Amino acid sequence: MTDDSTREEMHKDDVAAAVVERVKGAVAIDSHGQTVVHIPREAWLEAVRFLKEEQQFTQCSDLTAVDQLLRPDRPLPAGVDRERFEVVANFLSHPRNRRIRFICQVADGGEVDSLFELYPGTELPEREVYDLLGVRFAGHPDLVRLLLPDDWEGHPLRKDDAPARVPVQFKEAQAPR
Amino acid sequence: MGLEAINQSFLTTRLEDLVKWARRNSVWPATFGLACCAIEMMATGAAHYDLSRFGMEVFRASPRQADLMIVAGRVSQKMAPVLRQIYDQMVEPKWVISMGVCASTGGMFNNYAIVQGVDEVVPVDVYVPGCPPGPETLMHGILTLHELIRSGQILRRPGEGAGIQIDEPVSRPA
Amino acid sequence: MTMTPRDLVLGPEAWPESDETMIINLGPQHPSTHGVLRVVLELEGETVLRAKPVIGYLHTGMEKTGEQLTYVQGATNVTRMDYAAPLFNELAFSMAVERLLDLEVPPRATWIRMLMCELNRVASHLLFLATNGLDLGAISMMLYGWRERELVLAFFEKVTGLRMNHNYIRPGGVAADLPPGWEDDIREICEVVPKGVAEYNELLTENPIWLERTVGIGVITTEQALALGASGPILRSTGMPWDLRKSQPYLAYDQVDFDVIYTENGDTYDRYRIRLHEIAESLKIAQQCLERMPGGDYRIQDRKVTPPPRARIDESMEALIHHFKIFTEGFKVPAGETYVAVENPRGELGCYLVSDGSGRPYRMHIRGASFYNLQTLSTLVQGGLVADGIAIISSIDPIMGDVDR
Repeated sequence: MTDDSTREEMHKDDVAAAVVERVKGAVAIDSHGQTVVHIPREAWLEAVRFLKEEQQFTQCSDLTAVDQLLRPDRPLPAGVDRERFEVVANFLSHPRNRRIRFICQVADGGEVDSLFELYPGTELPEREVYDLLGVRFAGHPDLVRLLLPDDWEGHPLRKDDAPARVPVQFKEAQAPR
Repeated sequence: MGLEAINQSFLTTRLEDLVKWARRNSVWPATFGLACCAIEMMATGAAHYDLSRFGMEVFRASPRQADLMIVAGRVSQKMAPVLRQIYDQMVEPKWVISMGVCASTGGMFNNYAIVQGVDEVVPVDVYVPGCPPGPETLMHGILTLHELIRSGQILRRPGEGAGIQIDEPVSRPA
Repeated sequence: MTMTPRDLVLGPEAWPESDETMIINLGPQHPSTHGVLRVVLELEGETVLRAKPVIGYLHTGMEKTGEQLTYVQGATNVTRMDYAAPLFNELAFSMAVERLLDLEVPPRATWIRMLMCELNRVASHLLFLATNGLDLGAISMMLYGWRERELVLAFFEKVTGLRMNHNYIRPGGVAADLPPGWEDDIREICEVVPKGVAEYNELLTENPIWLERTVGIGVITTEQALALGASGPILRSTGMPWDLRKSQPYLAYDQVDFDVIYTENGDTYDRYRIRLHEIAESLKIAQQCLERMPGGDYRIQDRKVTPPPRARIDESMEALIHHFKIFTEGFKVPAGETYVAVENPRGELGCYLVSDGSGRPYRMHIRGASFYNLQTLSTLVQGGLVADGIAIISSIDPIMGDVDR
């Protein structure tokens, strides 16, 4: 089964076409029937602003990130420089009843612009991505740990951090009190 | 100071029975519902599987007024100190039921985030298995606890956290 | 005064730094917060100036565990996220896997999934009514609100084997067929539950105390709700009739007849009324599922994905090998990524799944409805009383398993 994400034809989706025209370096592809646009990291905020202000995408329905450390050879469209992390944001337009997905590549230790000014609803998701994966968001009002204790070290969702399974300890039966 | 302070002998048997009867028939749980097991705990307290028939429908919000802590749900690393603090705030005699497999052993989540068994943080008297345990299972656990209280097996506490010193050996009731 | 989004997070700099304010902590152990939610409040007397939710007390590392489990086991993991409506989590996950596999599920499986999900919505809203009543002081609502829910849970136990966290909706269909006699159970549910709901309606909806405590409390506008990522009853209470079952239908929702309940005022009372009426709509859908349930397979007959029936394992070596492979290695899903969204009782529940071609997900992220809805908390409680804050938390109906994952 061919991997759909390598298909780069000029897209039938008019929103994707508008984004590709407006943002230099953006590449639109189709992923199992959904539109995905790869945005260069520097143009992230500008592209999302275009989406919100001119394309009526009223809500950022999901923002997350993927640690692609174990997949350095994953298929990506031409013109997209691969990095370790992929920040993925799904947007929803209520008046137009459309969805679109933006993906941007971020290096380990790198930063991407926060979407908080455009969509305040990304405050907690960006903190979660920072907490669990270590990706920083420039311009976020309060980028601190969210889910883990404040003194936790490391970013567990990274592929080289915490193991997914800790060894099971069998405890002795307790003596009767 | 309770039963622990008096010298137990055949003369005080009736008194002990009375105190144990009073204790086990009005165990008041502290609200410590964490996750899915909390829903089943609330269902056990509600009208269908009534906990009121055991004198336990009053879930006290304040740990000072509670006897029993039912740890219902998975305990995360961030929650463990809170759990210990609530346990310490409870007044003797107190008991702990570890409800569900996540509280007993970490359950299906043996990863970085979950304490692998709440008995790493507080001493547990009864473990109730299930994911989540149905109300009948929880009630069986509660009735087991009542039986433990009745038979006096958990009369004494280890020193840490309870502050009770036993200076001379006391014979256990048979 | 206009408030920028930044003000909502850190608090407006315009508020005077006064000795009169007090910062107190609500939770994480508190009878009125749904699960382990901690809210740090800055109070002036009894008025809330700022509120900041602190979460993470139920963080379970489920997304990491999801990378360790096979796709067959995945449903056991995700189902424990939003534990009041577990079938929806399983549905979102299974639909994401099926999209990556390009599988089409047989019609009977689709209708069974729809029936079970709508009953789960009924159970979740009944839970909301009970806990909402408790938080506002109507203790009798708490004790009686579980009555009808027990009926629905008994049906779930009959079909799936468990009262909660069912692990029933799996990639390829559902785990088992509906047992004989299910029609009578559904008929009973459709008869008894509305009677109970009518009682709760009579108890609360026109009750002056209830009105006093919920009308005009926690008002949110559509712009605020959309900006903060809210969906579900919170968004519908502001006047926007957005329901994924109607707008972006999945399963067989475009073939059944139901209304989207929405109101105009955006306050706590509206959110209560929306959920109360959604119970009736869900039962309407359940009734239609009862009448129109198609026959056929309850799961796809693709050998590579679905385990063979137990009887065939004794007869055929091939079936035994397929069974073994599916339950030890799991089936492989081609590389790709997708996002699937369903309408939870709390809003949009999404699953973003990245597969690398192996038998385990490479990255599984659940877009929790409560996680995003909780961001409205700071806006809603600002300027109100502490007691109203409790009512507002309850009307947002957060489930911490979904928030912290």
